[in-house]
Amino acid sequence: MNIDSIKNGIVIDHIKAGKSMELYHYLNLENLNCSVAIIKNVVSKKMGRKDIIKIDEDIHLNLDVLGYVDPDTTVNIIKDGVRIEKRHPELPMQLVNVIKCKNPRCITTTEQEIAQIFKLTDRKNRVYRCIYCESKAKTSKE
Amino acid sequence: MQHLIDICDLSVAEIDRLIEKSNDIIKHRENYSEKCKGKKLAALFFEPSTRTRLSFEAAMLELGGSVIGFSEANSSSAAKGESVSDTIRTVGCYADIIAMRHPKEGAPLVASMKSSVPIINAGDGGHNHPTQTLADLLTIKREKGRLNDLTVGFCGDLKFGRTVHSLITALSRQNNIRLILISPQELKIPEYMKQEVIERFGMPYEETDSLEKAIPNLDVLYMTRVQRERFFKEADYIRLKDSYILNLSKLAHAKADLSILHPLPRVNEISVEVDDDPRACYFKQVLNGKYIRMALILKLLGVE
Repeated sequence: MNIDSIKNGIVIDHIKAGKSMELYHYLNLENLNCSVAIIKNVVSKKMGRKDIIKIDEDIHLNLDVLGYVDPDTTVNIIKDGVRIEKRHPELPMQLVNVIKCKNPRCITTTEQEIAQIFKLTDRKNRVYRCIYCESKAKTSKE
Repeated sequence: MQHLIDICDLSVAEIDRLIEKSNDIIKHRENYSEKCKGKKLAALFFEPSTRTRLSFEAAMLELGGSVIGFSEANSSSAAKGESVSDTIRTVGCYADIIAMRHPKEGAPLVASMKSSVPIINAGDGGHNHPTQTLADLLTIKREKGRLNDLTVGFCGDLKFGRTVHSLITALSRQNNIRLILISPQELKIPEYMKQEVIERFGMPYEETDSLEKAIPNLDVLYMTRVQRERFFKEADYIRLKDSYILNLSKLAHAKADLSILHPLPRVNEISVEVDDDPRACYFKQVLNGKYIRMALILKLLGVE
């Protein structure tokens, strides 16, 4: 399968196989007008199988989202067809307006225009809790 | 400006100073009768409460201040759909300090982000109730003379009981506290409390479903009500509400210097016959709650 190489844009590599659609939604890539390629189940020496996302424009990428959904990804910034930068997202200490609290008793369910903020409370188990009600963040799979 | 949203907003040293101040207020009440003259407390109770609201109001009145507010959401602009943020910004124009109870978890934190005056969380749903914890700590300190080296039993609803979680969190910062967690299977303490507080701070603990077995080892027994409003199904509430009842025959096996606490209101988990036993401390706890709220109001208003 051939996918055109990017001249100016971003390649998100080493996405855990099957996670690319989740990332696509969290990063709001559906709102872009440029070409976006999602390549699933690519054979990888390091990972066995992996997903890749190619974005044909140099957009501002929320690395916190990447760190939260899949911190093992690699972000390659491409300029004039050459990789000029390689970034490794880290597990963010805080997530702002990335995920929503699902606790029906939380103030975020009724208070308008309140920022949805989650804090990392357990790095080892990657647990995030809502700063308002302290409920554990549920992943989209839960 | 300092708020009190969660008991952990206060350091151990700050809690010790609040306890000292409360003891001084108890000894020299006349010295405090005009400390807050000219100051106003807004008691914003978006859900009903007898004890906590009256305790805050009595605390402010005994400090010489005055009180404004409402005691249910229906009599406030919340009934018209006003946000917590807007209510707080408005009330901040009238009051020097706000005590707030709200059914939504995290509402006082939202209030503190928008407020121009100190906010005290007077209970937010099943989440936090830090001034109850201060009342509990003052009671334990006054009854036992210390906040460390104690075996503390928690009995009843350990799953939804916000006072239990807050007190365990506060005690996790003290030395040599042993916990005995007494509850039916359905109301056991949540895993996150075990992992993120009890085990994280290395507190020795055991879980049991028998109050009778646990009672001889306890220095403090913290009884709780199985709360109807925390259940989604009425049938679950009815099945579990009578699980653990403390009476004189169970108390016969307890230490002579046991202190029995309860955040109140009780339903029937402590028999009325226990009220006259010298080990019953739950009405003293109510009084202590008023004194430590007085100390807290002074602290947050910056009044010496």
